[in-house]
Amino acid sequence: MSGEEFVPLSLTPLLIGIFAAVACALPGNFLLLRKQALIGDAISHVVLPGIVVAFLLTGAISAAPMMLGAAGAAVVAVVLIEAIRRLGRIEPGAAMGVVFTTMFAGGVLLLEQTDTSSVHLDVEHALYGNLESLIWLDATGWSSLLDPQALAYLPVELSRMALTLLAVSLFIALFWRVLKISTFDEGFARTLGIRTNLLGLALVITAAVAAVAAFDAVGSIIVIAMFICPPAAARMMSNHLEGQVAWSVGFAVSSAVLGYVLAGYGPLWLGAQDAVSAAGMIATVSGLMLALTARFGPCRTRSGAPVGV
Amino acid sequence: MLDLASNNGQARQEQELANSPLAIRGLTVSYGQKPAVFSVDMTVEAGRMTAIIGPNGAGKSTMLKAALGIVPAVSGQIQVFGKPLEAQRARIAYVPQRASVDWDFPTRVIDVVLMGLYRELGLLGRLRPSHRATAMDCLDQVGMGDFASRQIGQLSGGQQQRVFLARALAQGADLYLLDEPFAGVDAATEKAIIGVLKTLRAAGKTVVVVHHDLATVAEYFDNVFLINTRKVAEGPVAVSFSAANLQATYGGRLATAQVDQLALALG
Amino acid sequence: MLMDALLLQLGYNATLVAIGATLLGISAGVTGTFLFLRKRALVSDAISHATLPGVCIAFILMASFGGDGRNLIGLLLGSAVSASAGLWCLNWLTRNTRLAEDAAIGSVLSVFFGFGIVLLTVIQTLGVGRQAGLEGFLLGSTAGMLWADAMVIAVGGAVTLLLILLIRRPMTMVAFDPEYAAARGLPVSKIDMAMMGLVMAVTVVGLKVVGLILIVALLIIPAVTARFWTERSDYVVLLAGLAGGLSAYVGAAMSASAPNLPTGPIIVLMSFALFLLSLLFAPNRGVLAAVLRHLRFQRRVHLRQGLLALAQGQPIYEKLTLRLLRRGGMVRADGVATNIGKARAAKALRDERRWAVVRSDHAHEAAAALYDGLRQIESVLTQDQISEIDRHIGGPKEVLA
Repeated sequence: MSGEEFVPLSLTPLLIGIFAAVACALPGNFLLLRKQALIGDAISHVVLPGIVVAFLLTGAISAAPMMLGAAGAAVVAVVLIEAIRRLGRIEPGAAMGVVFTTMFAGGVLLLEQTDTSSVHLDVEHALYGNLESLIWLDATGWSSLLDPQALAYLPVELSRMALTLLAVSLFIALFWRVLKISTFDEGFARTLGIRTNLLGLALVITAAVAAVAAFDAVGSIIVIAMFICPPAAARMMSNHLEGQVAWSVGFAVSSAVLGYVLAGYGPLWLGAQDAVSAAGMIATVSGLMLALTARFGPCRTRSGAPVGV
Repeated sequence: MLDLASNNGQARQEQELANSPLAIRGLTVSYGQKPAVFSVDMTVEAGRMTAIIGPNGAGKSTMLKAALGIVPAVSGQIQVFGKPLEAQRARIAYVPQRASVDWDFPTRVIDVVLMGLYRELGLLGRLRPSHRATAMDCLDQVGMGDFASRQIGQLSGGQQQRVFLARALAQGADLYLLDEPFAGVDAATEKAIIGVLKTLRAAGKTVVVVHHDLATVAEYFDNVFLINTRKVAEGPVAVSFSAANLQATYGGRLATAQVDQLALALG
Repeated sequence: MLMDALLLQLGYNATLVAIGATLLGISAGVTGTFLFLRKRALVSDAISHATLPGVCIAFILMASFGGDGRNLIGLLLGSAVSASAGLWCLNWLTRNTRLAEDAAIGSVLSVFFGFGIVLLTVIQTLGVGRQAGLEGFLLGSTAGMLWADAMVIAVGGAVTLLLILLIRRPMTMVAFDPEYAAARGLPVSKIDMAMMGLVMAVTVVGLKVVGLILIVALLIIPAVTARFWTERSDYVVLLAGLAGGLSAYVGAAMSASAPNLPTGPIIVLMSFALFLLSLLFAPNRGVLAAVLRHLRFQRRVHLRQGLLALAQGQPIYEKLTLRLLRRGGMVRADGVATNIGKARAAKALRDERRWAVVRSDHAHEAAAALYDGLRQIESVLTQDQISEIDRHIGGPKEVLA
């Protein structure tokens, strides 16, 4: 494929997909090890009510308030889950189920009650985004990458997603050591004076930020898949944390690339005319990778010695 | 009369608080509405090995965890070397129960021991060869030097316990608190652990162990602390590890024959 | 209008849907209780998301064989097949790999749903109308439902409920104590499978009414709500069925009474309202009761510790303890004990000595197990027994001047 076609039509969605996938997979590693994998699921459901409320308050579709609304909703959800879990002494899974379904239901109801026909805001978009539409019309070929005028018209989602990825990576790098200690042995971490509760909340908020930014670009389903599938597949490949995180980044990037290509060109190869959902395809590919590693990965089985030996 | 007693008591108590590596006053911890530990005072003697003993569910581990701020207390005060706990974190090393972590966690033996150097390394401090050497040295002390790059899940229970002990050694603390280190470990491990603890004592460190095996108390420890929700007795093994105190601690749960046997062993 | 709806006066279809939804709500509440008690509530989330590819494939198959792609029975059959595939994957991952169940749930959920969305876009391009109304399965839609579809839902709800009633006994036993159930010779894994089958039946029947994203709410929220009110398993099941049925009925009726009120979300919000009421105001496990109980408990602990300290002449450091003692007239403002305080302190110390005797005596083992530092000794021993103990300690005497 030539640069004239690739750069304007495929380069930016591809990059956005990759950034989103990695930004979600990084915190996903720790969520997975903390048995909080489904927090990503809960967060991505509550993004919808957050965005609807932000829209109702500002009356306009603009990125900043919506991102704020979504992030706010994610924090509210996490706090509510924790509150219900503790106050009602309910197991975390059930508490999560209560909160995210209710908030999602509230979001759908608000959406139905509001006239959003004039704006691009609907449940389907929230679920599977529209990665394919994030094209770079001003580009003419590879040379546009050096052309300031064309660069000025890059889709804003690209820079937003790149910034998010940078922030998430910084957080993980900065707190790597404490995250590792407190994820492995929380009680021990507290005796070292590590504020494990705060750290746990910071991790969830980081995940929420990644989810919200990715959601804006690619929809929530890919977000859940990227939180869980690449880290889960990486878990089957490595027995130490550094290796696991590296593998998960690799899986995230390759599912984004493969998924995007298959969605765009797969149907053409099969003789159909239209592309299929890239977000859905990326999730599917990440699932296939998980299936392969679960079957053949070198570290796929539990290695814990039986307690009491 | 009461006032006088109170003044004397107060002076003595404050002296104890200032000298003791770990002084607990009026500690009550409760899960729900039933206190697991009720109004317990403990004054650990410096440079000694103390065993905390009591029946299952008597609040031994809970007391230790509350003293370290791992679980919240309903009431009570904790002093470590005469100062509040937060200021003294660096002087305490804690060895949790082996079952409290997921041993399938993706990490190697050496990485676990390096976690003990956290207070030295800080958030971002660079890991230097000297740190690795310290960690290796700690592993050698517990006889696990050959396992440094194994995944922790591949170890036996006793080996896992020794890795935990090596991590505590790496912390270079003055007070060592161990929660059931001998539970479900092999004889070789038990011997290795007790050897390390005795070395620590010889170096002037203080060791507190939650212990469940009454038969080895007299052999391993200097002091005992008997607890069953409330404190029953505290002091040197020769004085406090008596049949009467054991009876008061274990009540009907310890067969009379067993108590007699222990008393006999004590001489 | 709402009254009409609640009284089932809105026409034949709306009435059928309301009845169907109610039956579904009851079934979901009851089935969900077993899931909840097995601590597997979110498995239902994976099952429900995993229905989407099945719905799409059924549609494509039916349409390409020249039939009506929207045949509800066909679509529901398809959803059941792919939900079972999802459940199988979930079980395989937890059993054969190191992944915990939450990770397995998340990966099945997202991958099946993602694949479903790929298929939805395929259907879009087949030129059979905009997704042929399949998006209704995401959020549920009962507006303009055909009579035959309403009938499917009513009958499906009734059949599911019947099945639950048939196997509720063994399910209860397995949910509460699987090991005991196995020891009694119950086929635990088969009953587990039957339970998951019921979850799937509820999900499939509920797809059209509340949609696949919100059906989990119907399985989880009523069970959690019911748990607040009772400690007895059979009552939890009963109450969960009641809460589920009530929310579904009111939700379906409200939704039929006005436009722009989608059934699924209304039902979910109804059941959340019931949950919230229970969380706050349930007599024993509710938040209000717990807060009051904790405050009372904390005061008792501090008071008792304060009295014991007074009796033994130990200093009292904690401010709360001193305040409580002062308020009870047991110490003066300067921290010195009053006569009442001295008497109560002496009694507390004496009780402690009595307890010490009780706890070291085999004969009192049952009573000793009740000791927690706070319990009044009079509440576990008779006056005669206490006198006996007092003789053992030595006659009552004033400990303090």
